[in-house]
Amino acid sequence: MVKITFITSDEEKIVLEGTTGSVMELAVEHNVKGIDGNCGGVCSCATCHVHVRPEDMLKTGAASEIETDMLELDDNADEYSRLCCQIEISDSIDGVVLKVAK
Amino acid sequence: MKSENEFICVVVGASHAGVNLAFSLRQEGWKGQIFLFDTDPELPYHRPPLSKTYLTDNNEVSTSPLKSKESYEREDIVLNLGMKVTAINSIEKSILLENGKQQHYDKLVLATGARPIIPPIKGLNTAKNVFSLRTAADVEEIRSVLKNQPNQKVVVIGGGYIGLEIAASLKKVGAEVTILEREERILGRITAPEMSTFFHDLHQENGVAVLTKKNVISITLNNDVVCDDGTVFPADVIIIGVGIHVNTELVKKAELVIENGIKVDPSTQTSNKDIYAIGDCTYHYNSHYKQYVRLESVQNAVDQAKIAAAAITGKEVVYDAIPWFWSDQYSVKLQIVGLSTGYDNIVVRTEEKEQPCFSIWYFKGNQLLAVDAINNAKAYVFGTKFIKSNQELNKTKLADTSMAFKPANFIQVELNN
Repeated sequence: MVKITFITSDEEKIVLEGTTGSVMELAVEHNVKGIDGNCGGVCSCATCHVHVRPEDMLKTGAASEIETDMLELDDNADEYSRLCCQIEISDSIDGVVLKVAK
Repeated sequence: MKSENEFICVVVGASHAGVNLAFSLRQEGWKGQIFLFDTDPELPYHRPPLSKTYLTDNNEVSTSPLKSKESYEREDIVLNLGMKVTAINSIEKSILLENGKQQHYDKLVLATGARPIIPPIKGLNTAKNVFSLRTAADVEEIRSVLKNQPNQKVVVIGGGYIGLEIAASLKKVGAEVTILEREERILGRITAPEMSTFFHDLHQENGVAVLTKKNVISITLNNDVVCDDGTVFPADVIIIGVGIHVNTELVKKAELVIENGIKVDPSTQTSNKDIYAIGDCTYHYNSHYKQYVRLESVQNAVDQAKIAAAAITGKEVVYDAIPWFWSDQYSVKLQIVGLSTGYDNIVVRTEEKEQPCFSIWYFKGNQLLAVDAINNAKAYVFGTKFIKSNQELNKTKLADTSMAFKPANFIQVELNN
């Protein structure tokens, strides 16, 4: 089980465990506020924006080119931004903390 | 007086709009009961992949659910699947189910969507292997026909996005695919000629025959598709992709106003104050484009669901989203923002890249209406921002690829004399 912590815009802390799929799917399944994943995970909508805790960036990796472009839709995007449909759940991301973008 | 826990919200239609409405209602603090009804027996699933990955997956069809079964239970949302609502009694405030039972509501939300148009083609109802695509069951049937013998002849009637996506997917699994479009070009109603040409060529290059000005008039007993110019196309499978009808039968009985869809105000309320409508079935006002529109999209379904949930829980809200869409065919990603209806000039910007990467900018005078972006998320994103801000652009610079793709380079600056 891989543990992922979400912090919503109302500062609610939600700890979830998953094994496969994307981080977005896990969040949507548990109704994490602010993560919609409207396009179903094909990097077309930018409705699953999270800020990765800086020290976890090595675990999640940085955003890809298309992801970076899509993130520009959101004025709050920064160097820690990711679209979490593009982060696959695996042991290597165990323990990451993601702040759901406003 | 009822306490707020006793209020009942009934939602007819449990797809993108209905399901998102139910969950948004909880997020907005609705304490009462929520009942979702849908005729589809499957746990509500993402629909855009129906014409894409669901058709091409090697495994059994596994639809990806919008929400897990547990999350409905957790949020106390009651799912009634495989159940048809047959009537609305808006005076008594109840719905009637196929099994004869009634369900009272305080608030009713119609998310009834649409169904494929089956054109009046002679012989179509007796032809074999005729499919349209709207549900997981449709995918299942198409797959089962092609399963053991993928290299069959598929004729797709209609060169819109759904037809093109199905063509690309079935080609990928090995079928011999022909697209028959009635108009002079595919995507004719919704894109500029340049975009039609691009997709026409893309399909041809991938081995799909695209034929235009083909008006299908009949299907013979041998399952041959016959056009009015005398051409004949033998078909093992016939796919119908010529558009949709809004499901308004229920509504007619409830005496709501219908105009090219169920008419709703900017808070998604219908002409009856206790009945809301969201998603594909609505005819709604778009405040950015200052016109009533009907949209077939996930974006509209989800965004209207959120507005309806807020309105039902007593907030003052106005739907003002800029529409967006996407389509994936072969390895090409198309992203669209805005509504190009009524455009009178375009700018085409082509980036120097190995794979096709360009964008079409639709203007009415100097107002940017919409952007179609091919493998170009940047254009889609900047287009979204420019449309939202009503920013006037310098079209010459926009078309000039020696100018780097940065918003500041395209914004028209008024020079002082």
